[in-house]
Amino acid sequence: MADNGLTPELMKEMYYYMVLSRAVDDRMWILNRQGKAPVVYSSNGHEAAQVGSAFALNRGEDWICPYYRDLALVLAYGMSVRDVMLHLLGRAQDPNSGGRQMPAHWGHRQLHILTGGSVVATQDVHATGLALASKVLKDGRVSVAYFGEGSTSQGEFHEALNFAAVHKLPVIFFNENNGYAISVPARKQMAVMDVAARAAGYGMPGVIVDGNDPLKVYEVTREAAERARSGDGPTLIEAKTYRFVPHSSDDDDRAYRSREEVQEWKKRDPLVMFEQRLTEDGILNDDNLTAMRQQIKDLVNDATDFAEQAPLPDPGTLYAEVYGS
Amino acid sequence: MAVMSYLEAIRETLRQELRRDPRIMIYGEDVGVRGGVFRVTEGLQAEFGEDRVMDSPLAEAAIIGTAIGAAVNGLRPVPEIQFADFIFPAANQIIQEAARIRYRSNGDFHVPLVIRAPFGGGVHGALYHSQSVEAFFAHVPGLKVVIPGTPYDAKGLLAAAIQDDDPVLYLEHKAAYRSLKGEVPSERYVIPLGKADVKREGTDVSLITYGLMVSYSLKAAEALAKEGVSVEVVDLRSIRPLDVEAIVATARKTGKVLIVHEDNLTGGVGGEVSALIAEHALFDLDAPIMRLAGPDVPAMPYSPPLEHAFMVTPEKIQQAALKLARF
Repeated sequence: MADNGLTPELMKEMYYYMVLSRAVDDRMWILNRQGKAPVVYSSNGHEAAQVGSAFALNRGEDWICPYYRDLALVLAYGMSVRDVMLHLLGRAQDPNSGGRQMPAHWGHRQLHILTGGSVVATQDVHATGLALASKVLKDGRVSVAYFGEGSTSQGEFHEALNFAAVHKLPVIFFNENNGYAISVPARKQMAVMDVAARAAGYGMPGVIVDGNDPLKVYEVTREAAERARSGDGPTLIEAKTYRFVPHSSDDDDRAYRSREEVQEWKKRDPLVMFEQRLTEDGILNDDNLTAMRQQIKDLVNDATDFAEQAPLPDPGTLYAEVYGS
Repeated sequence: MAVMSYLEAIRETLRQELRRDPRIMIYGEDVGVRGGVFRVTEGLQAEFGEDRVMDSPLAEAAIIGTAIGAAVNGLRPVPEIQFADFIFPAANQIIQEAARIRYRSNGDFHVPLVIRAPFGGGVHGALYHSQSVEAFFAHVPGLKVVIPGTPYDAKGLLAAAIQDDDPVLYLEHKAAYRSLKGEVPSERYVIPLGKADVKREGTDVSLITYGLMVSYSLKAAEALAKEGVSVEVVDLRSIRPLDVEAIVATARKTGKVLIVHEDNLTGGVGGEVSALIAEHALFDLDAPIMRLAGPDVPAMPYSPPLEHAFMVTPEKIQQAALKLARF
């Protein structure tokens, strides 16, 4: 791992965000089952792909355009657990949307997290446009669109790749391929084996990476960011991963995946594998793990209490922010 | 003061705005080397370079979607959709993204974006090069829709749209490009969005209209004056937001209102305008509100007799206004 910029401290921090995300995720499901959160979209299983890629970026400066699966990503990008909980519970102080958007619709201008809608692949062209401005204004930023493999069937995915490649824009297309678009398996989504294969049609590199290994994801994203910043144009990254839970709290994945398949993937749980590795390398030990777990537990408890007590939006604000003038 | 065509007024405004603000960027299909299929952007790439006047791939959703991203990251994009008919692949980006970003982010983000698109018929453009698309977009809160009816307004409205911090759909009538001429000041000026303009004062009948139909309505008014009918012509200029005050004022003044547009009748701007009049000025009316609009067929046919039958003409306006005056 020489010269990749990753210090033991940074690797420990990566692990921290992965565990934090899983803990927040678990709490969100509890709040859902308690009837407090109407719907939950989970990043459970995707943590390595999201955190690994985030750490390869200039966090808070480079733009990210997430999709609903990206809880670990936005946490690693600087969103607080309180902010996540305010968003989940539709509170007035939710920085993503003031309680207007359904959960997992991230957006935070100060952190350079672009607001997103629910129509998939719309963010791919936004990332391309952010990168267009970066090229014109020479601001040195890279933009990254995150998306599932199902959304690569959308026209805007293809339009974005083409536009970005033609104009050599500093953008990364980061696919989190978990094999399912809700219930539809990847083999019914596309007639090629890999999302990365689509890159060839647009004249850009397509890279496949083990999405459950944060260090490998970090390395390929870092390389793509360097390519982008040096004016060599976009890269399509396909992080192969798996979601361990249903698509949302309203889904039942037993209808379309075997329990055996889920169990098989859980043997490769990114949190377990990374913890094992960092423990072997002496970066994690019982003491700092215990402290970290306690810190996370406290943070999640605090955020839950904080958000539950936070005020709901005033109905009088319904008409606010339609126009600036 | 220089006399310019509607098209020249738009081009000179784009040039002036590009000079004024380095963040402004134009792109779309054929807008660069070719200067646009109608030549609206002719000469701009030569003056401002490819970074600011750029030919883009032929994909409307990408043109608008990337413009949204570019706007968020510091540019003031003025993308062109080559024909308004081609805007629908980008409809989701306009309606559910550009127009909604300020609202859904609770004001954290906004999208300063002007989408220029030639629209309208009477140019043998058939079903997919003739449409009036404004009613679809006028339905969308968060979006502004502007349609100039004269070269003077074309300049002031475009400058206003470009300095606006929200997305504006700026529709240019193709038949007006070279047929309409008028005096246009060389210095920069701004016409506030959402403000109508009384293009001709009158006392018997009000024609409320916009776009190419402004000049057609003025022709009809001129002809009717010879028959002793005094016609007021109100140019809406902005379809969203509508100038409620001006609409109500002219309805109260004449008591007889004819709304004229080339877009299809049902669900068109005329329905909204007449609802406003009914709500605010019903008891000032001396006759039922009338609408003269494009027929409810899917789009404008190609063959000349069919195209002519579709188009609203000065003669048709004159007949309808006379009928109303005699009510």
